Amino acid sequence: MIDHQLIDTYAREISDEKQTSVITGSAASTEKRYSILHQDYEDPNALRKLAGAIKDHTLHHLDRYLEQAESSLKRNGVQVHFADSGDEAKETVLKILQEREITRLTKSKSMASEEIHLNPYLTENGIECLESDLGEFIIQLDDDVPSHIVRPIIHKNRREIARTFQREGIAADYNDDPETITRRARVFLREKYMQAQAVITGGNFISAESGRIVLVTNEGNSRFGMAPSRVHIALVGIEKIVPTDRDLGVFLNLLGRSATGQQLTVYTEFISGPKDDSQPSGPEEMHVVLMNNGRSDVLESNCREILRCIRCSACQNVCPVYRQASGHAYRATYGGPVGAVLSPLLFGDQFPDLADLPKASSLCGACNEVCPVDIPIPDLLLRLRNKAKQEHIPQPGDVPMSPFATLATSPSLWRTAMTMSKAMNHLPIEVAPVKPLQEWLGQRTLPEWHGGDFRKWLKDRKK
Amino acid sequence: MTSRDRIFSKVRSALEGVKDKAAYPDYDPAVLNSAPRLAGTLTEAFTRNLTAAGGNRIGSPAELAGFLQQAGLTRGYCDPALMDAIGNTLASHGLTVETVYDRSRYEDYQFGITRASGAIAETGSLILDDALTSDRLAALSPWVHVAALREDEIHRSVPDAIAALGPSRNVLWATGPSKTADVEGILIEGVHGPGEQVAIFI
Repeated sequence: MIDHQLIDTYAREISDEKQTSVITGSAASTEKRYSILHQDYEDPNALRKLAGAIKDHTLHHLDRYLEQAESSLKRNGVQVHFADSGDEAKETVLKILQEREITRLTKSKSMASEEIHLNPYLTENGIECLESDLGEFIIQLDDDVPSHIVRPIIHKNRREIARTFQREGIAADYNDDPETITRRARVFLREKYMQAQAVITGGNFISAESGRIVLVTNEGNSRFGMAPSRVHIALVGIEKIVPTDRDLGVFLNLLGRSATGQQLTVYTEFISGPKDDSQPSGPEEMHVVLMNNGRSDVLESNCREILRCIRCSACQNVCPVYRQASGHAYRATYGGPVGAVLSPLLFGDQFPDLADLPKASSLCGACNEVCPVDIPIPDLLLRLRNKAKQEHIPQPGDVPMSPFATLATSPSLWRTAMTMSKAMNHLPIEVAPVKPLQEWLGQRTLPEWHGGDFRKWLKDRKK
Repeated sequence: MTSRDRIFSKVRSALEGVKDKAAYPDYDPAVLNSAPRLAGTLTEAFTRNLTAAGGNRIGSPAELAGFLQQAGLTRGYCDPALMDAIGNTLASHGLTVETVYDRSRYEDYQFGITRASGAIAETGSLILDDALTSDRLAALSPWVHVAALREDEIHRSVPDAIAALGPSRNVLWATGPSKTADVEGILIEGVHGPGEQVAIFI
């Protein structure tokens, strides 16, 4: 029997400093999201229902839309690659780079690349791959992993960052002023952009109709990474497709508002191929790697709604468990409510390892209420809890149920047990040397046992 | 079997289990319009939303010259096609205006003036289309980016601007200056791109 939820243990051990960073950061984002949606729309709820319905339709016809997206991308002059697994995706990217003798590149934030650990793989193969999103850049310097989908370093404070910059020689001295930190990264990174031969990005959406890939960043890093590079590689999950350009409007209006409380993310880029000949800056070659990596398994499961996710992080920000525990507590690329569903599923053969995540929720439902694509996360968590039960995966807090089953199926045994258990009231149960019992009682007080009293009362009443 | 075939076969087999396939929810894109953001004329709405996003609308080239000088920015790039409309006025105010963007000297350009193909009133966004942008980098590396557009090129809403995307290979909507809140949630402008986003009508 596992005594504790691993998330509980993590949350108990996290430093106060880190916990404060996560709580204040996520609470502020929740507040901003709420105010902008309600200032801008009379009924923001209708929009997210619509977005959810568009995504559902797309996922239910994914074969058709994937095919359409492929041919639209090709028509735009994009080289399309398919990668069934994470390993295939990594090999595909490496091959494109090696064939062109590319050794230096920048990369803008992409959860898909985090998912397959692309960076360490490229580094091992002798390619310098520098993260250009400020948060991801700091994560890379610290050899850390992101703890939040939109704000990767939500768990760090300015002092840690300033120490990192000094240690790594980004700056000669210690300075923890956020503006100074940002300026220093600006100077360091633009030199790297200018030297880079290629850029790797993710993709927020692909319109099947036009083959436009939409990329959003607030910092402008993907735009800057792309401008001096010869080759652009976009690594995109197959679930990122939407049917038409018109639908992009629905998602763009919701993404910025849900993620950071902005009407639109600052840089929203619609890319349909390599640059125009008349344009001096921008990639001459564009590749899109469409990655499955377990998504078709999720599509087959009874949790396929999670594939609607547009990675806005609103569910992380609002989740009481995420706020207390931080994203690292989820032990996978995706943390928070979306991660509790997606991580055990996406890392399919790891399901037993991550099967405790769906239990790390009070099922309060806040994650569903804020979701811009209306994913019924609490329902999905319950389905996954059921899956863990059916697959007999031991769960933290599991109580052996067979003695209860024996009692509950025999009325005479049940009656006897009910009255006999009154003996417990006279036993020093608080000091019984049974570890799980002691842990349980450590946080609870047992009421006096009244077993059998109700039956007696009912029997007497009938007389 | 290629990776492509494997993916398609897995997706198709996954979808066999989906009984009630969701229909496409037809909708009027007008449901996306934010009435408060659209209040007033197109120009009023654009200016208000641009300002709220941290951008600036500047009325005339002379005013722009003053704005740049006050910020201590004296040297920059101007799209040759905009010299008559803007660049020459800046030069006459003593600013150094170059019409070639040489990327090996990217730090020399403190401001960059390029043509925007339009704007979005509802969001305060400026639309940079590859076909009209003389150099993407000139609009990105300087501290101040000045987007020049005609007042009649403002689109009303996000859906309108999407409908007008056109055949261009690359269209960028820039909504205010480059931003981050990665460090403790504190908003800092000018991360990789411009710290000042300016719009000027020509």
